[in-house]
Amino acid sequence: MTLKSMLMSAVATVALTPMAFADAHEGERGRDGQLNIIYWQAPSTLNPYLSGGTKEVESASLVLESLGRFSDTGELMPWLAADIPTVENGGLAADLTSITWTLKEGVMWSDGTPLTAADAVFTWKYCTDPDGGCAQSSYFDGVENIEALDDLTIKISFNAPKPFPYTALVGSESPILQAAQFADCMGANAPTCTDANFGPIGTGPFVVTEFKANDVIQFAANENFREEGKPAFATVNFKGGGDAASAARSVLETGEYDYAWNLQIDPTVLADMESKGLGTVVTAFGTSVERLHINQSNPDPALGDERATLKHPHPFLTDPEIGKAMSMAIDRALLVEVGYGAGGQVTCNVLPAPAVYASTANDGCKVQDIAGANAVLDAAGYMDTNGDGIREKDGMPLSVTYQTSTNAVRQDTQALVKQWWSEIGIDTELRNIDASVFFGGDPASPDTFQKFFADVEMYTNNFAGVDPEAYMANWRCSEIPSPDTQWQGSNMQRFCDPAYDALVDKLAQTAGIDARAEIVKEMNDMLMASYSIIPLIHRGGVSAHANTLGGVLISDWDSELWNIKDWYSTK
Amino acid sequence: MLTYTIRRLILTVPTLLFISFVIFLIVKLSPSDPTANLPLTIPPEVREKIRESLGVNQPLTVQYLLWLKQFFWLEPRIVLEGWFGWDLGTEGEIRLISYQTRSPVMDLIWQRMPQTLWVVGTAYLVGILIAIPIGIYSAYKQYSVFDQAGTFISMVGFSVPPFFSGVLVIVIFSVLIPTDSFWWLPSIYDTTHEVVDWESFKFQFRQMIMPVMVLALQITAQISRFARASMLDNLNQDYVRTARAKGVRERGVVMKHVLRNSMIPVVTVIALGIPGIFGGAIITEQVFKVNGLGQLLIIAIQGGDVPMVQTLTFIFAILIVLFNLVADVLYGLLDPRIRYD
Amino acid sequence: MTDMTPELEKPARSQWWDVWAQFRTHKGALVGAFVFFLILFGVLIGPFLWPYDATTIDIRSRNQGPSWGHPMGTDQLGRDTLARVMIGGRVSLAVGLTAMFIALILGTLIGVLAGFFKWLDGVLMRLTDLFLALPLLPLLLVIIMLFRETLSARFGPEGGIFILMVFAIGITSWMQTARIVRGDVLSLKEREFMLAARSIGTPNGRMMSRHILPNVLSPIMVSATLGIATAIITESALSFLGLGFPPDFPTWGRLLRDGTDFLQQYPERAIWPGLMISLTVLSVNYMGDGLRDALDPRIRGR
Repeated sequence: MTLKSMLMSAVATVALTPMAFADAHEGERGRDGQLNIIYWQAPSTLNPYLSGGTKEVESASLVLESLGRFSDTGELMPWLAADIPTVENGGLAADLTSITWTLKEGVMWSDGTPLTAADAVFTWKYCTDPDGGCAQSSYFDGVENIEALDDLTIKISFNAPKPFPYTALVGSESPILQAAQFADCMGANAPTCTDANFGPIGTGPFVVTEFKANDVIQFAANENFREEGKPAFATVNFKGGGDAASAARSVLETGEYDYAWNLQIDPTVLADMESKGLGTVVTAFGTSVERLHINQSNPDPALGDERATLKHPHPFLTDPEIGKAMSMAIDRALLVEVGYGAGGQVTCNVLPAPAVYASTANDGCKVQDIAGANAVLDAAGYMDTNGDGIREKDGMPLSVTYQTSTNAVRQDTQALVKQWWSEIGIDTELRNIDASVFFGGDPASPDTFQKFFADVEMYTNNFAGVDPEAYMANWRCSEIPSPDTQWQGSNMQRFCDPAYDALVDKLAQTAGIDARAEIVKEMNDMLMASYSIIPLIHRGGVSAHANTLGGVLISDWDSELWNIKDWYSTK
Repeated sequence: MLTYTIRRLILTVPTLLFISFVIFLIVKLSPSDPTANLPLTIPPEVREKIRESLGVNQPLTVQYLLWLKQFFWLEPRIVLEGWFGWDLGTEGEIRLISYQTRSPVMDLIWQRMPQTLWVVGTAYLVGILIAIPIGIYSAYKQYSVFDQAGTFISMVGFSVPPFFSGVLVIVIFSVLIPTDSFWWLPSIYDTTHEVVDWESFKFQFRQMIMPVMVLALQITAQISRFARASMLDNLNQDYVRTARAKGVRERGVVMKHVLRNSMIPVVTVIALGIPGIFGGAIITEQVFKVNGLGQLLIIAIQGGDVPMVQTLTFIFAILIVLFNLVADVLYGLLDPRIRYD
Repeated sequence: MTDMTPELEKPARSQWWDVWAQFRTHKGALVGAFVFFLILFGVLIGPFLWPYDATTIDIRSRNQGPSWGHPMGTDQLGRDTLARVMIGGRVSLAVGLTAMFIALILGTLIGVLAGFFKWLDGVLMRLTDLFLALPLLPLLLVIIMLFRETLSARFGPEGGIFILMVFAIGITSWMQTARIVRGDVLSLKEREFMLAARSIGTPNGRMMSRHILPNVLSPIMVSATLGIATAIITESALSFLGLGFPPDFPTWGRLLRDGTDFLQQYPERAIWPGLMISLTVLSVNYMGDGLRDALDPRIRGR
């Protein structure tokens, strides 16, 4: 196995290297004036280690860089590193317990001092300080030590063989900080360094000139940037605030801005705006899947403290036949058309990408089959005995509560699914919860997605990077949230199967892309067969850029703005 | 009057302390979490660590007392140091830190103040200046065409929420009107813009037109209704007839006698609205991306940023208590018969 | 109609008759009342007569403009807009009117008491300050967290949320009325007719009901008209933030909010619910005008 082949096989589309674009538009640094970017959720800090939010990570990626970045096709590209270490080139130890990176020569921080391996070591210490509350510390999981072999060589040792070692200091979520700037900001002192957090010194194409938290950031081209003639823009105005529709309008209709991020609005409205001819809508697909979780435990309030725990299995949803019927009744293509447009694809897998891991065993769900769903329920013996249109199991009506976070598209999806389920004799009560409560972990709130005090819930999840090992481990028995774990855990639907847990352990010890892919597909199919998760839509990031903006290659595997150094204006 | 004012000012302190405690309880009890908005890829153990480092899990009383100390003792000293260059020994003390930005809450509030005061304050002023003459004239010429039109427009204006009227004016002035036209207006407010000369003032003026228009519509509608109703009440009073019989000129009757006596409800509404200026206008700020104090508050609420929500609402509370006191004092000035002592 | 009090019955009846007679002469008030009751009947009876249901999705006929089948068109899921406007009107009117009455009664009561009794003034006005200072959104989150499950269990999900919404909007919107009424009462209290009434030994209760209340009626009427609009709009803002009614449950505010996104493509989707809100507010306003004139003895006499 080679790493390259593994990653390249993950690539579904033709790779266009960014260099090909940039070559045609060379010139001196800063020749294209100002670039206006709007993120309708405004960044609150520029230190991605203190806030793990997408908006912070992506805005910081203009300044802070890491050893490698994932391109729009999911390929790992050397960034601050000279090349990607593999077993073949000797950078990765044969027993997979250590990896050695070599920095590019002559990389300067924007203040003119050289980047050294000591900065990388410092970053690791900064993020793993127990008092710091580092949001990205999972990137350093399994890292035993990071040391500087010399000024340009970094050796990362792991405490166990690591089949996928490209996490620490790779990708926009774990960039390298300047040791000199953050030296006094370790641990509990992190919040006192407002100036550093709001204006980190980086190696990237831009430097921060003004930062207003949750409002606007001004960047200027970095005079010490390592690539000649880049970036093309002299300044960047990074505005935040408003909502998705108005951000789309400012790029596609008024032309006030050049790039807008995360435009999840009604597809007909977005298409209408795009038809004005000022800008283009672009999408990038990663691993995000909008899915239904079917509660395997009983959320009946009468159970008190034992509500929604494994002590009380769900009265009817544990039967896969019901889940199967619920899945068959859903017209996923219509959900895409109504709510997602170009930003969504029908999927029957909880793990739809990278392509090498995607199973094809479940593709039957792509077509709606109401009659088939009714037949499944009839065959399983669930009949409407009292003529109210709702089927019963032993006298108990099949009625479910269906919760999700508040969001216009999700509410439309809920309404459609409710209608389809009513056609197969399942009654649905809808509920939507403010996202900050739903996704918040407050153990006092009954409405969090971990507590799952409902029968069905819907949200999107994904994993960062290209390796699904940690993601697939979410559905171990031990990950089930319960009062004993303060409702922490990621196995929301309370799926528990010892055979699945065995596969999780097997995956952690297996190297080799093909062998790993086999296991991952088996796990995915096991989850699908249990119908405890019903995947609906493979979601992509939707952004828009002005037609005068060139070089945009958005990636869902890394920061969307990963190649902003190559962007240029065609005005 | 003076003793009343002083007594009320002294009473303000326990009132405010009590209010701050109630606000604190509400904010802490509400089910929100500072890590709720992070991507789901961040595992629960890490979230717990983040909460730990923010001090979310400390006992309620400890958090409340710490907040009191920071807000009433540390932050005022820092303000004084900033203004006069004194050294009051605040070096090294932990300031009131916002969960979301990990930066001092008060710095953010100072940073947001200008755009909120510019936009919401101007709208308020414009609203009052339009509303009071409309209210007076509508009442004086009750059921005239002017009054009917004024009533109609202000009631429709009041019943249209800013999330609709804001988008409507953006569609008209930013989308339908071509960008190079004189009538085109920017839909996104530039908070980094500084007014230094005539050109930059013109830009500032242009970008303020739409948000001020939308906000002033609501304010005008409300105040003019109260002014009209109150004027009508007084126009029918006996003293008006007496004044007219005495031969006071019509203008004097209306502007001196009736107006002064009609101002009490209007003053109340205006005084109650002033703290609202500092509270910002959540929806209008969002529609036009003004990013003032209203946007700061809503983002903090959504992000479970307890110190920020607590501080902002408390400052708001101080202003409410103070302006209610101002209104009470004004009652006494407008109507000398009102005695508090 | 008892024989015990024949002499009291007649004047009372003729007084309300006078009020009605005066109200009838107010053209705006009559038109307002007509429109208001038309809307009321429309939303109450309309859904029984109209063939389409507000929640039935007909995906083949989505995003349609006005036609004979769907006079107000259909939305992005093919639901009939007229049916949604009628059902939404029930909720919005109910929330608007109930919340307005709660706010009005609380506000008037507290305002009159605080203005009239000096010893209550301090306490009641500090209470008002407290409510004015409370942050509405976190407060609602707390209320909903604490009471939603119990209320849902007792009154069903929609009934429970309805009670919560009305309660929350009601108790957070009485303060302005209270402050205004108090200000007016403070000034009324020192008028000559009050002194006269007091000097002949009128008890406090009667002072308030006969002399104070009629004289503070006009600011109360204005508060009431503005209060309906505020309640309907607050409800829409709360629905949008996920604190309101279940998502498949239309209200005027919510329809307007959803329609705003389609302002350029299908403007009628925002115009219909917006028009209904405006018409309701206008009609209540004119009714209030007429009522105020009718209740004012100085005008009625003429």
